[in-house]
Amino acid sequence: MESIIPYYARWIREGKLQVSSEWNKNLKVKFTVQDPCNLVRKTFGDALAEDLRFTLKACVGEENFIDMNPSMSNNYCCGGGGGFLQNPYKEERIQYGQKKLDQIVATAADYCISPCHNCHSQIHELAEMAPHHWHTLHLWTIICLAAGVLCRNERTYLGDDLREVNIPEWDETEFL
Amino acid sequence: MSKEPVVIKKKKEKTFKDIVMEKLPDGGNLNACLTCGTCAAGCPATGLHGMDPRKIVRLAALGMDEELKKTPWAWLCSMCTRCVYACPMNVNIPQLVFNMRAAWPREERPRGILRSCDVALGTDTCSAMGFPVQDFIDVVEEMLEGVRTQPGFEDLQAPIDKQGAYFLVNQNSREPGTEPEEMIPLWKILHMVGADWTYSSKGWAAENYCLFLADDDGWKEITRRAAEAAEELGVQSFVNTE
Repeated sequence: MESIIPYYARWIREGKLQVSSEWNKNLKVKFTVQDPCNLVRKTFGDALAEDLRFTLKACVGEENFIDMNPSMSNNYCCGGGGGFLQNPYKEERIQYGQKKLDQIVATAADYCISPCHNCHSQIHELAEMAPHHWHTLHLWTIICLAAGVLCRNERTYLGDDLREVNIPEWDETEFL
Repeated sequence: MSKEPVVIKKKKEKTFKDIVMEKLPDGGNLNACLTCGTCAAGCPATGLHGMDPRKIVRLAALGMDEELKKTPWAWLCSMCTRCVYACPMNVNIPQLVFNMRAAWPREERPRGILRSCDVALGTDTCSAMGFPVQDFIDVVEEMLEGVRTQPGFEDLQAPIDKQGAYFLVNQNSREPGTEPEEMIPLWKILHMVGADWTYSSKGWAAENYCLFLADDDGWKEITRRAAEAAEELGVQSFVNTE
């Protein structure tokens, strides 16, 4: 059993997955990343967290990545895990998420990459309550944007700032 | 917590902690707590319902089993393992919490988690949303049709049950179930790198709510089905996409 994330990093290093952060050179849109507990602390450790950062930095530019504090194996759970999203304790789940909310706000990032569905749902919901709104993305979305193959109809989670950025020239789809 | 004094029974009986320790390697070090509070200091669930990880270990140490088995905190801890990661004595609090969950009568555990587990067990795909095999095949085909109209992706494949593929790729039910266009970026990446991959028609769903339910038989069954699909297809690697 493996995670796809080290493969993303490996394919980028091998040149098989050609991504570029050129699109963000002038835009300087800021990104942070959530370390999913199940992937990082509980299973693959900091090696996976490093691959996750390598992949993201290759896509958005090193200078546009802002890490959370604390991070990697020491990062906080967002509160979407362990079945929290399916239990009746919604108020407690949001209270639990306050630590994550504060962490993301402190990065002042415009986007939080969440390569886990539980994290994605929770962090997406937390953004609604934050004084500084951010957008929540799957990792594959930003990889495809940086590879120049992300169509408009695959940009549901992108903000207005990135809806028309690096669109493939052949794309005739419409934003969903 | 009760304001009544704690009465320690004279006759030594097996406590909840003793029973949990028998199940865990090194007893989960549940007797090794120094009460330093490092766990509680770095736990996002600290304070919820007046509880925290250090108090949980104290309740266990004092044999306050009724409180331990009743507190809803068992469902407010996400078992993220940050406490044991930080703990100088490696006290396995998340495993204690897992066993607290398991001590709840199954039908009294949170209905949403229970339902997701039962639905997954009742579906070949193990989808917690009950997404059946044929619907999965249909939605993959429909999405494929769209993506193949894009230059460079005319030959994109998203095989289901391809014998001998290198990777077996799983997928959270949320994509085929509610936002199928989110599968496309993943497919594009796999296509661009020339990966030899396949989905399985059975057991493709990545989620496992039986684990969160602390239903050992259930989560083992879900995992078994995914592992069997990998074995039947003869893949080299089972890749988790989240």
